[in-house]
Amino acid sequence: MKEELIISGRMNPKIDPELAIWHWEIPFYLFVGGLAAGILFFASFYYLRGKENEMPNTIKWAPILAPILLVAGLGALFLDLNHKLYFWQLYTIIKLQSPMSWGAWTLLVITPLSMLWCFSYLGELFPKWNWKSQMLSKLENYVIKKRRIIAWVMVFFSVILGIYTGILLSAFNARPLWNTSILGPLFLTSGLSAGAAFILLISKNKYEKQLFRKIDLIIIAVELFFIIHMFMGFLASTQVQIEAAQLFLGGDFTLPFWVFVVFLGMIVPALLEYLEMKGQKIPSYIPAVLVIFGSLMLRFIIVNAGQVSRYLY
Amino acid sequence: MRTSRRNFIKISSIGVGGAAVAGAAVNWTSGQIINEVIPKSFQYKKTSTYCEVCFWKCAGWVTTNENGEVWKVEGHQDDPHCHGRLCPRGTGGVGMYYDEDRLKTPLIRRTKNGKQVYEEASWEDAFAYIANKLELIKEKYGPECVALFTHGSGGKFLGQFLKAYGSNNITAPSFAQCRGPREVAFLSTFGELVLSPERTDIRDTKCLVLIGSHIGENMHNGQVQEMSQAIDNGATIITVDPRFSTAASKSKHWLPIKPATDLALLLAWINVIINEGWFDKEYVEKYCFGFEELKAHVQQYTPEWAYGITTIEPQVIRDTAKEMAKASPAVIIHPGRHVTWYGDDTQRLRAVAILNALLGSWGRRGGFYNPEKVSLPEFPHPPFPKPEKTWKDSFPDQFNLAYEVLSSGICEASIPSPERDCSFKGWIVNGTNLIQTLPNQQQTLDAIQNLELLVVIDTMPMEITGYADVVLPECTYLERYDAIRNSPHREPYLALRMPATQPKYNSKPDWWIAKKLAEKMGLGAYFGWKNIEEMLDWQLKKVGSSLKEMQKLGVKKMNREYDDLYFAKGEEIEFNTNTGKIELFSTELQAEGFDPMPKYTPHPEPQEGFYRLNYGRAPMHTFSRTSNNPNLHALMPENALWVNPKVARQWGLKNGQEIWLKNQDGKVSDFPIKVRITERIRWDSVYMVHGFGHKEQRLSRANGKGASDTQMITNVMMDPIMGGTGMRGNFVTFLIEKPEKEEVTL
Amino acid sequence: MRYAMAIDTRKCVGCSDCVVACQIENKVPEGFCRDWVVEATSGTYPKLELEIRSERCNQCGNAPCVRCCPTGSSHYAEGGIVLVDPDKCIGCGACIASCPYDARYVHPEGYVDKCTFCIQRVRKGQQPACVEVCPTKCMYFGDLDDPNSEVAIKLKERKHKTLIPEAGTDPHLYFLI
Repeated sequence: MKEELIISGRMNPKIDPELAIWHWEIPFYLFVGGLAAGILFFASFYYLRGKENEMPNTIKWAPILAPILLVAGLGALFLDLNHKLYFWQLYTIIKLQSPMSWGAWTLLVITPLSMLWCFSYLGELFPKWNWKSQMLSKLENYVIKKRRIIAWVMVFFSVILGIYTGILLSAFNARPLWNTSILGPLFLTSGLSAGAAFILLISKNKYEKQLFRKIDLIIIAVELFFIIHMFMGFLASTQVQIEAAQLFLGGDFTLPFWVFVVFLGMIVPALLEYLEMKGQKIPSYIPAVLVIFGSLMLRFIIVNAGQVSRYLY
Repeated sequence: MRTSRRNFIKISSIGVGGAAVAGAAVNWTSGQIINEVIPKSFQYKKTSTYCEVCFWKCAGWVTTNENGEVWKVEGHQDDPHCHGRLCPRGTGGVGMYYDEDRLKTPLIRRTKNGKQVYEEASWEDAFAYIANKLELIKEKYGPECVALFTHGSGGKFLGQFLKAYGSNNITAPSFAQCRGPREVAFLSTFGELVLSPERTDIRDTKCLVLIGSHIGENMHNGQVQEMSQAIDNGATIITVDPRFSTAASKSKHWLPIKPATDLALLLAWINVIINEGWFDKEYVEKYCFGFEELKAHVQQYTPEWAYGITTIEPQVIRDTAKEMAKASPAVIIHPGRHVTWYGDDTQRLRAVAILNALLGSWGRRGGFYNPEKVSLPEFPHPPFPKPEKTWKDSFPDQFNLAYEVLSSGICEASIPSPERDCSFKGWIVNGTNLIQTLPNQQQTLDAIQNLELLVVIDTMPMEITGYADVVLPECTYLERYDAIRNSPHREPYLALRMPATQPKYNSKPDWWIAKKLAEKMGLGAYFGWKNIEEMLDWQLKKVGSSLKEMQKLGVKKMNREYDDLYFAKGEEIEFNTNTGKIELFSTELQAEGFDPMPKYTPHPEPQEGFYRLNYGRAPMHTFSRTSNNPNLHALMPENALWVNPKVARQWGLKNGQEIWLKNQDGKVSDFPIKVRITERIRWDSVYMVHGFGHKEQRLSRANGKGASDTQMITNVMMDPIMGGTGMRGNFVTFLIEKPEKEEVTL
Repeated sequence: MRYAMAIDTRKCVGCSDCVVACQIENKVPEGFCRDWVVEATSGTYPKLELEIRSERCNQCGNAPCVRCCPTGSSHYAEGGIVLVDPDKCIGCGACIASCPYDARYVHPEGYVDKCTFCIQRVRKGQQPACVEVCPTKCMYFGDLDDPNSEVAIKLKERKHKTLIPEAGTDPHLYFLI
């Protein structure tokens, strides 16, 4: 028997008996970041592919949610800070080694860009809109002309944002569960899948719908591949990572992970989407909502389980 | 339901007594005295003290910050008790001062509307109450029927008061509940005591043998430090303990003995050492009496015989005996400290003493040295009145070898019985929580019910204060002067305790309490000094120092009067025994009608489903007195019950699960205790740290945390030789469900 | 200059004096601690081994907390001591999540706090409070780059280990075994 225990009464709040430094704010922040990344990626990508008119929901409507999500995410990040009045220190330095710094700066770039993007389409989406300001109208015209540049920057930063939401965690090798480079691509694909699901949710356009069903199916397949790969990696790794994987293979997180994330969040919506593609009548919001819900659960479960997994004691 | 004279009073029922408190701070008459030595500006000032968190009394410096607030206590570099390093309790001693649960003002028990409550009182009123009651007791029964229980430095002044009043019954539970058997055993063997700090020369030993002694968990500072030095020096440590103690983990040989069979192992060791001729022949021949008798006596106790009893293999017994012999005379079979276990403790400690004698370690480097202390004269006072009776009159023909007063004896004799002449009527209790200290709580509570006066002087609202007629708040050691520390060591050292700050609340030092009470009763002549500084200065000047010098030095090394730390080679020595020799065969015990040489007798074993209750110490706590200290509570807020994994499996116990204990007499623990499943304990016993499970709600941190071992100790195995209370014959079983609450009215 | 600490597990009795001394010296708020003591038992009765370790921030040479701190609040000070600058700390918790030793905590005032090897004492030529108070003298502190320092000598003489070396943090808290 191996018994290892702290005998000096250490009970540091948020650290003991297990790490609980991050509550809902960080997983929420990661979720909205991923979802926004997915939405903005598809918008800018298809814009650059010249699908502006065939895919209005993707390019024009869906992105309206992105700045809202990003601001909510920043708000959550702010709430998570314990020393809030000092938050501005984030923007006094660029630390390439710190994912938190990356994220702060990426958001600082992509949030205004996404706002500009929506801004540029407001006139088109709401023809009766009147800015009542010469300057704003001028700006609008200017932004519309620069859409292509914005799209190029956005496609790049949305991928960074999507990957970042995973890397934030995988950079912490102190938490064996997070210590896998698959987390970056996994969270990126999860974000893309949620973004695609959101577009499916709002789209009435048949072309778009069929396209995103296909895209979602492919992304879900890739995601499942990543998940299987992640566990293979853990089980072939060190003792602490085997123990971390056990959290999902019989441990406390087994049920929520396999039921909510994998089954309800991936397999069921994939099946439904496949059936839809085959022409079955299924309300298309069901798979879409399931995918978004699964994506949210993935963040919460990985963030919480990661905090439980540790090296010592 | 029994109606009782003395209900346990909780804080919630304390009535406010009116003006007493308001005027208190101003009333504090001796404040000026202390103020003189506290300069106006505190620039991280250091003042001298010695620690009062345990009996080791390490000297140190108190640092106060610019506001005069106590910041920290650090050990005194020159002090042999601590060498500049206090233990966690000493370091955390500041918590005693800051504990907001402290007793704040004198309290007097009154009955209001048929309900007993404590009323806040002025010191004047409290003294008047006590003086009046003491006079009544003196008239009705004689002053000898008042006893003082004390554990701590203040006892000196309260003792002076009691003797002036006319009673000699001054007792500390440290004798009959703790180290008494070893002192009596060593006294009857070597004619001298082990003393405190123990005269063990661990620093220079080559082999240290611990019989159930858990040095490191008992944080007797100097001893722990010396054991660490011994480890560095490559000394062999042999630990005999059914539990894998910290000390066991540092040992070359750990002998996981079956509980309650230590004496069999000791006798087998004696057998091997004699029969193999491994004893110090010259030493034994020169200094010892009764070797041939001993040799004949131990022939029956072979290692093979002991194996069946102790479960320690004969080869291991021989190997460890050889280790001791190899190290001889630099070997210590440690006498231990808390040794009141099975009722034959004096005999077990006799075996320890004999083993030391055979190996020639008494009086030798690396064995036992001869300590010396300063002879500090007493401040002149009139002769004490001669008491007509002592506690011993309550126990005719019993415990003649108990050279200290038995706390448990006083307690027992406080319960009236037809055979007893002096039944005690008044107790003054200072710094010892008798409820958690004396075994057999019921007896303690019964005794208290029969008292006419119970005065408790303490810093904290310990359980015993709830039964008092008068509670007097003592200030902590950081806020007061006390008697000079003058304890025996390799070199004599004096240490001064002086106040680092003013007493908080309306608390006072014991010297002041004793002096004021004496004055109130017309006994002021026994405290002939104006203030304590005058007394200390007088004493110190008699030995070539002064209060001023001690305030500067804190600790002063004095010179030994005799150069006899160890025996000189071939030195002729007259031991203070009947035969003038080290008595392997004790003529004293024989004369008293006891076995002159230790014999093994088996002790009761637990029934199916019960486990022997072993208890001990944690380095972060002193008895039950520190469990509410904020700093120490943070380190260890509660105790846990150590359970072997096999037992845990049988019971389906989980780590951290809360269970209740029930002992062989059906006594159920007040509070649950968390299970700690560990391989470090044998399957036939359980282990818990002593001093938890406080019922007193005024101890806001400690209340209800962990369980009390004392509560489970209802079976006391009395040592017939010296009245020690053997406490390790208690067996507990587990209650998984919360037991039905019994209505307890005491 | 490279400060390090070595702890002799053969001598440590787990008394936790280091913990309380640290709390008092550094005015660590009630309910928190910068150092702690671990008891590790292995084996089956009666073949048992016990290792007692006084643990704290490992003052890593390759500190993940410094790396992942977004504001540069966590930084290396003299002798490789890792410090937190409370005025730069935003309390994001990244360093806490990044520390494999769980040596950091959020101070009630919002910034992150941890063991500093008592840098305020070390600068005055004193030993860290935990080292100075240890009754068993089982802790050694000093400059690894100075071959005559107690810690350098002990590490040369004795077998030793660090905790979680596989995390690649280059810890400077050594355990003599």
